[in-house]
Amino acid sequence: MDNIRNFSIIAHIDHGKSTLADRLIQRTGVCDARTFKDQILDTMDIERERGITIKSQAISLPYRAQDGKDYILNLIDTPGHVDFSYEVSRSLASCEGVLLLIDAAQGVQAQTLANLYLALEHNLEIIPVINKIDLPSADVERVLEEIDAELGLDPDTHLKCSAKEGTGIDDILEAIVRRIPAPKGDLTAPLAALIFDAQYDSFRGTVIHCRVFDGTVKAGDAIRFMFNDSVYRVEEVGHFGLSRIRHDSLGAGEVGYIIAGVKTVSSVSIGDTITLDDRPCASPLPGFKEVKPVVFASIYPIASDDYEDLAEAVEKYKLNDAAFVYEKDSSAALGQGFRCGFLGLLHLDIVQERLEREYDLNIILSVPSVRYRFTLKDGTVVYVDNPAHYPNPLNIALGEEPYIRASMMMPDRYLGPVMSLCIEKRGVNSNMHYTSPGRVELSYEMPLSEVIFDFYDRFKSMTQGYGSFDYDLIDYRESNLVLLDILVNGEKVDALSQIVHRDRARARGVQACDRLKDEIPRQMYKIAIQGAIGGEIISRSTISPFRKDVTAKCYGGDITRKRKLLEKQKKGKKRMKMVGSVSIPQSAFLAVLKSDTDS
Amino acid sequence: MRELSAQREYRDMGRSTPPMPGLYIHIPFCRTKCSYCDFFSITDTGPMDDFIRALCREAETRRGEFPAFDTIYVGGGTPSVLPVKFIETILTTVRRTFTILPDAEITIEVNPADWGLPELKSLRGMGVNRLSIGVQSLNDKELRLLGRRHTAEQAMRTLENVSSAGFENVCIDLIYGLPGQSIPMWQETLSKALSHAPAHLSCYELEIKKNTPLGRRFMHGEYVQGPEEQQRGFFMQTSVFLSGRGYLHYEISNFARGMDRASRHNLKYWDHTPYLGLGPSAHSFHHNRRWWNHGSVQNYVRDLDAGKQPVGGAEELTREQLALEALFLGLRTSRGIDTETYTRRYGIDLMAEHGPALEEWQRAGLVEITHGSIRPTLGGMAVSDRLALL
Repeated sequence: MDNIRNFSIIAHIDHGKSTLADRLIQRTGVCDARTFKDQILDTMDIERERGITIKSQAISLPYRAQDGKDYILNLIDTPGHVDFSYEVSRSLASCEGVLLLIDAAQGVQAQTLANLYLALEHNLEIIPVINKIDLPSADVERVLEEIDAELGLDPDTHLKCSAKEGTGIDDILEAIVRRIPAPKGDLTAPLAALIFDAQYDSFRGTVIHCRVFDGTVKAGDAIRFMFNDSVYRVEEVGHFGLSRIRHDSLGAGEVGYIIAGVKTVSSVSIGDTITLDDRPCASPLPGFKEVKPVVFASIYPIASDDYEDLAEAVEKYKLNDAAFVYEKDSSAALGQGFRCGFLGLLHLDIVQERLEREYDLNIILSVPSVRYRFTLKDGTVVYVDNPAHYPNPLNIALGEEPYIRASMMMPDRYLGPVMSLCIEKRGVNSNMHYTSPGRVELSYEMPLSEVIFDFYDRFKSMTQGYGSFDYDLIDYRESNLVLLDILVNGEKVDALSQIVHRDRARARGVQACDRLKDEIPRQMYKIAIQGAIGGEIISRSTISPFRKDVTAKCYGGDITRKRKLLEKQKKGKKRMKMVGSVSIPQSAFLAVLKSDTDS
Repeated sequence: MRELSAQREYRDMGRSTPPMPGLYIHIPFCRTKCSYCDFFSITDTGPMDDFIRALCREAETRRGEFPAFDTIYVGGGTPSVLPVKFIETILTTVRRTFTILPDAEITIEVNPADWGLPELKSLRGMGVNRLSIGVQSLNDKELRLLGRRHTAEQAMRTLENVSSAGFENVCIDLIYGLPGQSIPMWQETLSKALSHAPAHLSCYELEIKKNTPLGRRFMHGEYVQGPEEQQRGFFMQTSVFLSGRGYLHYEISNFARGMDRASRHNLKYWDHTPYLGLGPSAHSFHHNRRWWNHGSVQNYVRDLDAGKQPVGGAEELTREQLALEALFLGLRTSRGIDTETYTRRYGIDLMAEHGPALEEWQRAGLVEITHGSIRPTLGGMAVSDRLALL
């Protein structure tokens, strides 16, 4: 156990986490130059394209330190977005220390702080690493001051590197060995292993990623998941190289995988404790929490014939994404589909893109919603995340909506506009303090519905990218809610309905009509778009019909050219959903939530 | 196998008599480039002899591929930059190489500044029986803007000459929607043109294309193209004006004094009748295959000198592609689409598959659906491309 180090890299988005991981992997020789590619741990196309990490990954790095001894450094890579913060917390719980990576030009940001707090909660050894020192705009002195003042860490303990150029990497490896404590645990105690991730392998079923705290586990053992008491027989255990490396056993202090014939990742709860069925540990490891979706939307195939394909796709997709939940749904306007729950809008975006890309489907997502709580006059409490299930207003005694505490960091010159934005978004109970001269941390309590849609983009552009943002769910609060319907040519399109605060209803209605006017292409006849509450029309816009093509000549060579153009346009039209006689593009359903200011 | 039988059926065309193919001959030369034109042509008339030689060779390479032609259309470029003796060479060659029906429609495009009465008479003597005169406008200011090298007066004189030379089947080409042009100004050009009682008029809306002098001036903000409603106004007024004077609006841009004066050659393009195109950049269509020659005169001549067909590209059309073409081409014509024939040829029952949308169009006044045909109204013709996106 003395030669094991379990660590993670935590950072604000774009501070260089994946690049540093790449360098550590190269320097320890896990991978030669031939097989190496950038962002090597980000195996999904979508991760590489967007430059973000969605799934946790772990890798064991063999390292001979300057003391001449051989060590195993287990790097647990964590997702880098607020939607996946629980996964991050479980990864951190599996470590003894972290590299806290800070961009030398940008300095400490909201997620730097949020991640630091998480690391402190887990009593981890923290090594501040200033990255991107090669940048002309790097300001190491200022970052050191921030480490001292804002993070409360000893600036003398910092390391400097340029992950991009590969400088400072050796110092980091040495610091991991010297400063991060070796794991402690009792090899002879009953097994206690923490699940920090689970991935689906089409040949082997679920591959459980875990950190063993006590005891050992080997092939043939009967293991038990303590949360749901299910029991499985272990088929294989091992460590992580660039691929899986089979081992005889995993013991206390080690990070590795278990394959035990678990068919779907949904049977495994991240944060759960694995123990032996015949010799269980006394109590589960601390910190377990069930991950619950906070954003809901319905998915429909654009062509109704594709429903069966979509059903198969969501079922398969679910195998690999435990956080994604779904059930059957049907819409008067859009037909058969699925109501789905997501961890946030990024998660929603990723699911949509992966379904389209990996399963070759064209889908429409309804307007996303949070989960509202209604107490009816007869005393029953219902949770509503689908505007189609909005209760009869006459029966509602109390409406409530989820609130969050948002924490934001920014240079103080942006404070005014950001506060206005928060107030516009119904923010209350603000709190503000200067973390260092010129920089403020601002917090507000705000309805989740206001924050997940349209807030983040506006906040980012308002602070010109210098602001950072993080949030925690806090509670449900009373809210005067109404159902806003959208009618297209007099026909209600239920997938465009939203539950909104009464005070915001008119503005939201106007906004939705305006945005739809921009999003829906002109068609052969006039299209009227209306926003309505109950029977009352509160907003409207009109899309004038298309009246003239430029269609001068069409002889020999023009025919092929014109046909190709039409084929292209037809393809575009296939990505639109016919609602009555109107084609509505995919983009329209998300656009209704956005205000003009971010376009 | 379904595809094959549908194709066979299509080839049979469901017609009582098989359609006769058309022959197109492209003359790639222009004396000057017009400001709005992005068609392929060169102003260097040096390689004219080489071109004529190559063209005759190309005809030879296609001998026997088409049973006969009942139209010949010599277009360009500007055919009238050629001395008429070359036209004679071309016509003699194609008559020797192919079967040309005795009553064939033989059209040549003529620029008003080029051939005089003697030349026109000699063309008539060669059997040319239809002329398409590139008048474009009868307003000198507009002609200058378009970069034409003739004046309104020259155009009027040429129109007199063609009738003196004995041509009855004459088409006048005009362009509308010019920057700064008003509908009354356009009607003035139309009225002057009608004073020659042409059998046919082609009225094209000016398309401002990027890689043209006019397009560049447009990009610099020198010109503003009228708004959609104004362009629609030109289109509708043209139709109303000419229909009121006895012309049949039989295709978006084409008007004839009765269907017997419609361009027999051009009609072939719109209903998938086979055609052979000779000359640089010319397109051909036969057996569901479309192919086109090199655009460059140099490559065209080079290939033919090397004994090769100068084909630059080709496509084999799927039934789906043929169906789409038939839809947008059909909706350009006043005849519209015969749904039964369409189903037989392309395997798609438009009424069964798109009934609600078609009925919606009918309600919106874009098409008329009667007795198994879908015909665009005037408003429908104005948006025929969109209609084809069914």
